[in-house]
Amino acid sequence: MFKWLEKNLPKIVMAPAVGLIGWFVYGFVLWTLYISFTNSKILPKYELWGFGQYEKLWASRKWLIAVDNLLIFTALFLIFCVVIGIILAIFLDQKIRAEGLLRTIYLYPMALSFIVTGTAWKWILNPTLGIQKMFREWGFENFTFDWLVDREMAIYTIVIAGVWQSAGFVMALFLAGLRSVEDEIVKAAKIDGASLFTVYWKILLPMMRPVFFTSFVILVHISIKSYDLIVALTQGGPGISTTMPALYMTQTAFHKSQVGLSAASAMMMFMAVAAVIIPYLYSELRRENAR
Amino acid sequence: MQDSLKSSSYQQLEKKSKYTNMFLRWFLYFILILFASYFIFPLYVMVVTSLKTMEEIRQGTLLSWPSGLNLESWAVAWGGRGYGAGDTFLRPYFWNSIKMVVPAVFFSTFIGAMTGYVLTKWRFKGDQWVFLFLLFGCFIPFQAILLPMARTLGVLGISNSVIGLVLVHTVYGIPFTTLFFRNYYISVPTELVKAARIDGAGFFKIFFKILLPISAPIIVVTVIWQFTQIWNDFLFGSTFSFGEAAPIQVALNNMVLSSTSVKEYNVDMASAIIAGIPTLIVYVLAGKYFIRGLTSGAVKG
Repeated sequence: MFKWLEKNLPKIVMAPAVGLIGWFVYGFVLWTLYISFTNSKILPKYELWGFGQYEKLWASRKWLIAVDNLLIFTALFLIFCVVIGIILAIFLDQKIRAEGLLRTIYLYPMALSFIVTGTAWKWILNPTLGIQKMFREWGFENFTFDWLVDREMAIYTIVIAGVWQSAGFVMALFLAGLRSVEDEIVKAAKIDGASLFTVYWKILLPMMRPVFFTSFVILVHISIKSYDLIVALTQGGPGISTTMPALYMTQTAFHKSQVGLSAASAMMMFMAVAAVIIPYLYSELRRENAR
Repeated sequence: MQDSLKSSSYQQLEKKSKYTNMFLRWFLYFILILFASYFIFPLYVMVVTSLKTMEEIRQGTLLSWPSGLNLESWAVAWGGRGYGAGDTFLRPYFWNSIKMVVPAVFFSTFIGAMTGYVLTKWRFKGDQWVFLFLLFGCFIPFQAILLPMARTLGVLGISNSVIGLVLVHTVYGIPFTTLFFRNYYISVPTELVKAARIDGAGFFKIFFKILLPISAPIIVVTVIWQFTQIWNDFLFGSTFSFGEAAPIQVALNNMVLSSTSVKEYNVDMASAIIAGIPTLIVYVLAGKYFIRGLTSGAVKG
């Protein structure tokens, strides 16, 4: 008995983690999947109902707006974060004075919650007292910046705040990547007469392929899950114009009590994330095994 | 003759490149400082707004300097105005967050350390798959577990309580803490452990005598990561708690959204700073470890 215990001690120690994740992650996802195939309203029902909830979901105007917004947000969020992140990383890599201070400034938004920063941006972007007023007082009397309350433009205010929060993170990833490249490679290229621009464009950035890949995965992941920022900034408004899938899911579940429908929307989000993450994990694991 | 011509043109070239270099250098700093002001702008606006009176806010602009060190909105945000119903302020919720963060960080870090230890130093057939199994938990969108979690907390009788949130944050922190410790312990030479085993040291003795003493950096990284994540969480807090059990982020959002009286932006900004200050302090003091947590596993040299 004692021998058995000793032999299996490592597995026993690991059991809580595996058990908790098995139950609270995999078990719960399966439960949600099952519920998405039932006609559950306020309380879960367990008779199967087929794909009805998914049909309802994709016929819902609000869901379509949410998906549309997600696509717009993801595309812009990705482009701006990566471009700003790379520019900052390359510039910081030029033996800059006060590099530590600048890096701290670029990255501090990551330490704050989206609720805190959303509150600040909401105040800055509000037309009566925010940026619009500032420019008008400076003499630009026709200056207008009321995206926050404009149905068509409100989604872009979420992009502004989102990029502000996450661009520094991409900078940190690329800076770490650039710093891990051997100095010899850069020196050799310079001796061969390559300009600094060529060194980055032709040699270093192509070497950053894994960093691009990682940033892509992480940013897409952030944008699919984005919820707090929208709640703090627009609550999905004006009207429903800035709804996103995560907000749709919680509103459908907890305000409208359509448990089955919200489970279906949660599963759509789950599948979107899985489509991005599984290839990523697979390639990471293969890279590790190859070493 | 030819030689001197060559050298003079070379000198010219060098001179020219010196000027372009200087210009580029200025350009570089210009762009870097431009971006720095973009990043610092909201923080600046938050701080100065929180120090203004409402009158000043209506008169001035976002950037204008406050007339004095007016701390009243901070006092109101933290401790309220002293009248009964409808007077919401952050103090009780700040303590809720502390009561939630401390145990959740402790448990998730401990479980992660143990699991990471087993996965690297007591390897068994299929341990790679167990790791992958746990790792996937880092990425699931939490919307896919909200509904069953709400029911489970109800069944356990801990919905709308700090204890419920401790459970939730502990469980969903495990994938990250395991990843951190696993990646750290994998670089510790296994020979050390093997030698200790030959000397008759057991499972726990090896952990406490050999691994724990060298784990300080990764413990700091993990604790900072978990602290920041849990302190800043809004999704779980707003779904599984309301009223008196709410953590600070939820309380902040409720305060800002409440439309009972005239909007007081100075109080809103003071509240936002209070809710953000603990993680900001940790970031400023231990930024190095914070960044290591962020990039951990992302860039493997």
